Amino acid sequence: MTIANNTVNPSAEVERTDLITVTIDDIEVKVPKNTLLIRAAEQIGIQIPRFCDHPLLDPVGACRQCLVEITDAGNGRGMPKPQASCTITVADGMVVRTQVSSPVANKAQHGNMEFLLINHPLDCPVCDKGGECPLQNQAMSNGYGESRFHEVKRTFPKPINISAEVLLDRERCVLCARCTRFSEQIAGDPFIALVERGALQQVGIYEKEPFESYFSGNTIQICPVGALTSAAYRFRSRPFDLVSVPSVAEHDSSGAAIRVDYRRGKVMRRLAGDDPEVNEEWISDKDRFAFNYATTGDRLTHPMIREDGELRPASWPEALTFAGQKLTAARGNAAVLTGGRLTLEDSYAYSKFARVVLGTNDIDFRSRPHSAEEVDFLAAAVAGTGLGTTFSDLEKAGSVLLVGFEPEEEAPAVFLRLRKGVRAHGTKVFSVAAYASRGVEKLDGVVVQASPGTEAALLADLGSAGEAGSAARAALGSDSIIIVGERLASVPGGYSTALRLALDTGAQLAWIPRRAGDRAALEAGCLPGLLPGGRLVTDPQARVDLQAAWGVDSLPSNVGKDLTEILAAAGSLDALVVAGVEIDDLPDPAAALAALEAAPFVVSFEVRKSQVTEYADVVFPVVPPAEKDGTFVNWEGRERSFPVVLKVAAAMPDVRALAALAQEMDRSLGFSTPAGAKKEYDELGRWDGDRAQEPTYQAGPSLGAFDSTRLATWRMLIDDSRANDGEPHLTATARTPVARISLTTARRVGVVDADELVVSTDAGSIRLPVVITPMPDNVVWLPTNSADSHVRRSLHADHGSIVTIAGGNA
Amino acid sequence: MASVKESLWDPVAGFGVTFRTMFRKVFTEEYPFEKKPTAPRFHGRHQLNRWPDGLEKCIGCELCAWACPADAIYVEGADNTEGGRFSPGERYGRVYQINYLRCILCGLCIEACPTRALTMTNEYELADRTRESLIYEKKDLLAPMLPGMQEPPHDMQLGATEKDYYLGLTGSVVPAEGGDAK
Repeated sequence: MTIANNTVNPSAEVERTDLITVTIDDIEVKVPKNTLLIRAAEQIGIQIPRFCDHPLLDPVGACRQCLVEITDAGNGRGMPKPQASCTITVADGMVVRTQVSSPVANKAQHGNMEFLLINHPLDCPVCDKGGECPLQNQAMSNGYGESRFHEVKRTFPKPINISAEVLLDRERCVLCARCTRFSEQIAGDPFIALVERGALQQVGIYEKEPFESYFSGNTIQICPVGALTSAAYRFRSRPFDLVSVPSVAEHDSSGAAIRVDYRRGKVMRRLAGDDPEVNEEWISDKDRFAFNYATTGDRLTHPMIREDGELRPASWPEALTFAGQKLTAARGNAAVLTGGRLTLEDSYAYSKFARVVLGTNDIDFRSRPHSAEEVDFLAAAVAGTGLGTTFSDLEKAGSVLLVGFEPEEEAPAVFLRLRKGVRAHGTKVFSVAAYASRGVEKLDGVVVQASPGTEAALLADLGSAGEAGSAARAALGSDSIIIVGERLASVPGGYSTALRLALDTGAQLAWIPRRAGDRAALEAGCLPGLLPGGRLVTDPQARVDLQAAWGVDSLPSNVGKDLTEILAAAGSLDALVVAGVEIDDLPDPAAALAALEAAPFVVSFEVRKSQVTEYADVVFPVVPPAEKDGTFVNWEGRERSFPVVLKVAAAMPDVRALAALAQEMDRSLGFSTPAGAKKEYDELGRWDGDRAQEPTYQAGPSLGAFDSTRLATWRMLIDDSRANDGEPHLTATARTPVARISLTTARRVGVVDADELVVSTDAGSIRLPVVITPMPDNVVWLPTNSADSHVRRSLHADHGSIVTIAGGNA
Repeated sequence: MASVKESLWDPVAGFGVTFRTMFRKVFTEEYPFEKKPTAPRFHGRHQLNRWPDGLEKCIGCELCAWACPADAIYVEGADNTEGGRFSPGERYGRVYQINYLRCILCGLCIEACPTRALTMTNEYELADRTRESLIYEKKDLLAPMLPGMQEPPHDMQLGATEKDYYLGLTGSVVPAEGGDAK
């Protein structure tokens, strides 16, 4: 999705000239300057025991386990005492002896291990870390087998909650400070710290501010002992009876690498995988803990057919035949809604099913606010462009302008990488938003305040949008990246203006959707005007190309209806196929329900019972990502394939169910497995012909103040999403929902901080405590889908809508 | 042509062994009518032991399951809570199963057990007609209640401190959490 002219990547294999030579255990090794000794030793396969050292955290030298003897510091003199190899950088001509060849280093390490174990409870059989514990392993490899300490050990009450999902056992802690350094350096949530001194030193929390972080799960994973454990995984199983499968997280568009551990057909936990190109070694708590949603008891297990108004269980062949007959009759007048959670293979199957089997272009994956402009923008700048802006680009960018995008809430991996850029490369972050969210504050970001709906007008003349705006405009250049989020779809002219700004300044433009399946659905052509691989429906050559590849005589040539139009026309459609759409995500849930009611025939492909199930005439149960293989395409355009984790007999991914349904309708999809779909998709390739013109929509209302109050809103990472079901510890860490207004607005309404504010429309109202925030006047911000604040369901409103506000006592 | 020895002597010579043996000590056992005690360290059916107050010694650590070469043991741990204490400490074995169709009675599991919760009895009559009946659950494996024991869940009832508890120093009933050392 690069629109850039500056994509010349410096060759990765540059000849290093600043290499210096050190001798470790009589082996010479050449490493770059400023390499830590412990890393240099790793390069020649010498493992120095360590606890506090972590390649992605700043060195601290807290645990003292990595002591080595330096017989020559590079200046001909040795160091008198053993040194911590995790904090010492190499010097030319240095001679180092580790525990392998030095009795001094070996004894120092043994002695240090004995010290660390003095107050350690040695309750390994009870401890969740037992079996995968660096302390356990290194005590065996680099410690005395027996303890000489027979006195009373220091004890603490255990365990204590430092957040709803992280438990702390202070007896086990070796004070390596990995968790506190992670929280401070990586996540930017320094709510835990080492407190007290001496034997009583411990990890502590600020009483006033709980450890509310979206990344707290990572501290559990990097803890080298069992001091931090997870409430969800507590005593669930032991590492040695888990089967681990590398996979990809399905909760956001980053495609974070994860590791899924299961036992006896049930996922027990998920850990961060290690992918330096994408998420490094970190994942958000949602990716880590939200996996119980498929096992909460409302899973669909067999197909169902509606008979006399009631759904009754049916066999697959019966349901397929029934749905097949109805859909055959509806051919040419049916529509498909695919949500944004599907894999590339599933999306491709729906896309082909709509065109080839149903003969329609009425297909839309956007189960959220959307616009025609968005389609034009995606067709022109994103679809079929392959790998564009990457995580590494974000890290190295000179400046990043966020428009309608909250990185911490919508794509946590992007947030972490931006933060790394801010810390390491001085990346400047600007955000066009209603107020500075905590995520933007942690990026040292500058907010260019924009009332909802005026973002486009502001972007069009960014330089004159106050001090922040002119700073943002001045910082934009060829090393800049403009990130647009899905929220911009509700701003007229938003995408067009952002694209123009990118072209004017030479900045790269990246579209970062919120859902894991959005980019894949786009590439697979789940849009009314777009075919797979970025082919335009309106381009006869592209259609002919696709007809040849698919072996069909013709494809529908008119641009289809988008989600809103499909729902509006539901009564006149003959059939509606709905896959993985959550009604409350839609712009107008009430209208959507009415549309489902009006539609004569509804086919639902779902994992769990949903609101759609209640209106469906045929329900096909499909499997969640853990039970199928597939590919997510992340926002970079990178394909993230994952294998089956839980092997279930006769698992029905969407692809397989659709292939069977097509068979019933005397058409063939040409594949019946995800692997087959992927193969065909790859053979089809991206369209190399003419691309769509960039959209030139006009920006909406300009910067002037309005009389009425506008709603600004975005979704929180941990909210009332059904993906978080079954994981109470996770949902307990959700941020407390509040309403935000400016001081002037508060005075107008007559409320002060912490008072209740009532936000209402004709459809309903939301009552939340108010927080007075520096933001534009006559704007109220609400979380979109949090507890007590379901903006779409309660208000039928969205970003930019006009609402009424009043004090809670009014 | 067979010799005289071959045709007359050889057919009855074999009965000499039979005849001699009739006057010797009998080796066969009259099982199941007479049951002889096994050797004291015979590897028989497992038993999950208890502390003298009735709490279970098993902490659900699964080391027995790990050690098992036949994959015959299945354990799930769980958290001891304020109102539901089954073992001293934080963790107890909520599910404990031994599949005697798989078990080879090698005893590696009892060597692995860190709390001596799992030991083997001398009971060797492990035969039945169904698979289900040969998968022993925790209730089948737990040691019987002896006098002075109380069925868990209940609080730790021995010694003034946790240390006393484990050393078996009986005394006053422990308060719920910690308590003073002396």
